[in-house]
Amino acid sequence: MLKKVHFGSSVLPFLLVTPQIIVTLVFFIWPAGQALYQSLLVQDAFGLKTEFVWFDNFKALFQSAQYWDTFERTVVFSSAVAVISMSFALMLAVMADRIIKGSGVYRTLLIWPYAVAPVTAGALWVFMFNPTLGILTYALSVLGYDWNHNINGGQAMALVVMASAWKQIAYNFLFFLAGLQSIPKSLIEAAAIDGAGPSRRFWDIIFPLLSPTTFFLLVVNIVYAFFETFGIIHVVTAGGPASATTILVYKVFNDGFVGLDLGGSAAQSVILMIIVISLTVIQFKYVEKKVSY
Amino acid sequence: MARVVLENLRKTYPNGFKAIHGVDVEIGEGEFLVLVGPSGCGKSTLLRMIAGLESVTEGVITIGERIVNDLEPSERDIAMVFQNYALYPHMTVYKNMAYGLKIMGLPKAEIDERVKKAAAILELTDEQLTRKPRQLSGGQRQRVAMGRAIVREPSVFLFDEPLSNLDAKLRVQMRLEIKGLQANLGITSVYVTHDQVEAMTLGHRLMVLNAGVVEQLGTPIELYERPASLFVAGFIGSPSMNFAEAKIDQEGRTVKISGQAALPLGNGGMPDHAGRDVILGVRPEHLELAKDTTDAVPLTAAIIEHLGADTLVHGHFGESKSNLTVRLDGTQYVNPGDILPIRVSPDHLHIFDPKSEKRL
Repeated sequence: MLKKVHFGSSVLPFLLVTPQIIVTLVFFIWPAGQALYQSLLVQDAFGLKTEFVWFDNFKALFQSAQYWDTFERTVVFSSAVAVISMSFALMLAVMADRIIKGSGVYRTLLIWPYAVAPVTAGALWVFMFNPTLGILTYALSVLGYDWNHNINGGQAMALVVMASAWKQIAYNFLFFLAGLQSIPKSLIEAAAIDGAGPSRRFWDIIFPLLSPTTFFLLVVNIVYAFFETFGIIHVVTAGGPASATTILVYKVFNDGFVGLDLGGSAAQSVILMIIVISLTVIQFKYVEKKVSY
Repeated sequence: MARVVLENLRKTYPNGFKAIHGVDVEIGEGEFLVLVGPSGCGKSTLLRMIAGLESVTEGVITIGERIVNDLEPSERDIAMVFQNYALYPHMTVYKNMAYGLKIMGLPKAEIDERVKKAAAILELTDEQLTRKPRQLSGGQRQRVAMGRAIVREPSVFLFDEPLSNLDAKLRVQMRLEIKGLQANLGITSVYVTHDQVEAMTLGHRLMVLNAGVVEQLGTPIELYERPASLFVAGFIGSPSMNFAEAKIDQEGRTVKISGQAALPLGNGGMPDHAGRDVILGVRPEHLELAKDTTDAVPLTAAIIEHLGADTLVHGHFGESKSNLTVRLDGTQYVNPGDILPIRVSPDHLHIFDPKSEKRL
């Protein structure tokens, strides 16, 4: 343990952290508190009467089959997004790691999607897969496949998964590349002398040594899929068709701002809050532990 | 066991940098060859070329009877010990050693036998075999790295500065162990180091490299007694050789250090080089206190280092500016400013050409 440096107390450090504390209080703690409070209230449709109902909102949620369906869908959606974007990113990172010439350009290009706003990313995919105008829809129809994510729930899910995964590849790529570059070259050479071919070297040496990175990214990707994909889903499918792409965070929005069930919606966001807190705890607790060498 | 032959080996990197400028050597069966030189001299590159980790630009590498230029590292029948050991951090010591054998497709029983045998040779306990590399000390990791090389039962061992990550005491101990191990197993070895003591003590023969060129190849004693160039003379031996500008007299019988007494040359002098400007080299241990002042050169002492077994006196001859070091046996009580009569034995003078820097 490093010894902490202590300075004589003064007002300056407090002044310096004040802006950050104010931002946190106003934009994070206060709304979170509001959500916690509201999750215990029921309001009538016109907003004339508000009643304190303790945990009735939560009870109603847990008894709702629809809510559990959404939960299940969210799990499927986020695992698909995490697995797809991480595998592609790993593949690209392994290839980028081998390139010597032009690697700078290649890396820069791969990082671009991360800078695209979720809504823009969604719009991009909507254009490509538009049932009547989309270029990829056309390509699929040439191959004899009928694409219409506006009426086919499975296709709609596939589309939002693709769009969300695509956007996250850049981020994963960066971390995997950094992870790959931190593996000492001599380890790979030692494995080569031991007779391991490229694919064996990858699975026996590189992949296990990347596990801290992989685990970190898994948590980050799940959090991403849970929360930050809202913009993509909103633009691409708006949760439809027939709730086929409504994940938890979209349902919070839909029930609260469309269905005007503020109490129920707040209860859902409290549950999401608990999920994200536990994911963060897991991450902090295990990411450091997992680095076992 | 195998011979390793390098013929006219050259390496040019894609950016045009020439790392190796034509190396020729035949390493005999069971021989221990040490590649030694300052950092950046190309010694590691040469070793990695033998291992197959660097491509060969020109020339031929033969291991045993096979030309291995285009073979994968694993097909060359070699084992390598890396400077940072390159142990697989996520595998136990046992698995580290067994990994290569598993890939070779050996049956489990034989793998176990070989690992146990190597562990016994290296005095690794069964308990240590179950540990991860990070739970071992530097010396133990070093042993595991050696073990991983031994279990492969290769024809050639390659060592890339294996001791430079260890502390001084452990380095001496491991040096002896490596020497003993190589002698017992009789496996042809190529060892890279920048440490001249390691080089002198380990190698049957030494190859001194400088900027990709072989300066000299020979036994440690040959290099010590007849260094072929100024570079080798300065590199081999500790403390390093003293150099001074000097001139051979017209008869070629004596050599005179600028303005000082003439020193007689042994072996009938050097009549071929009479009257020539040269660089004179004398090792600190070949300078001694003279009984009388007739043949002696006066040395003004400046700094004295007591090592117990020896005393190192740093100083200069009279008005001469060039510093030199004298190694005196035992403890000698000398004070800074003292003037000592120093005698040079004529058999231990090294004369170099100042231009080509080669031995005359």
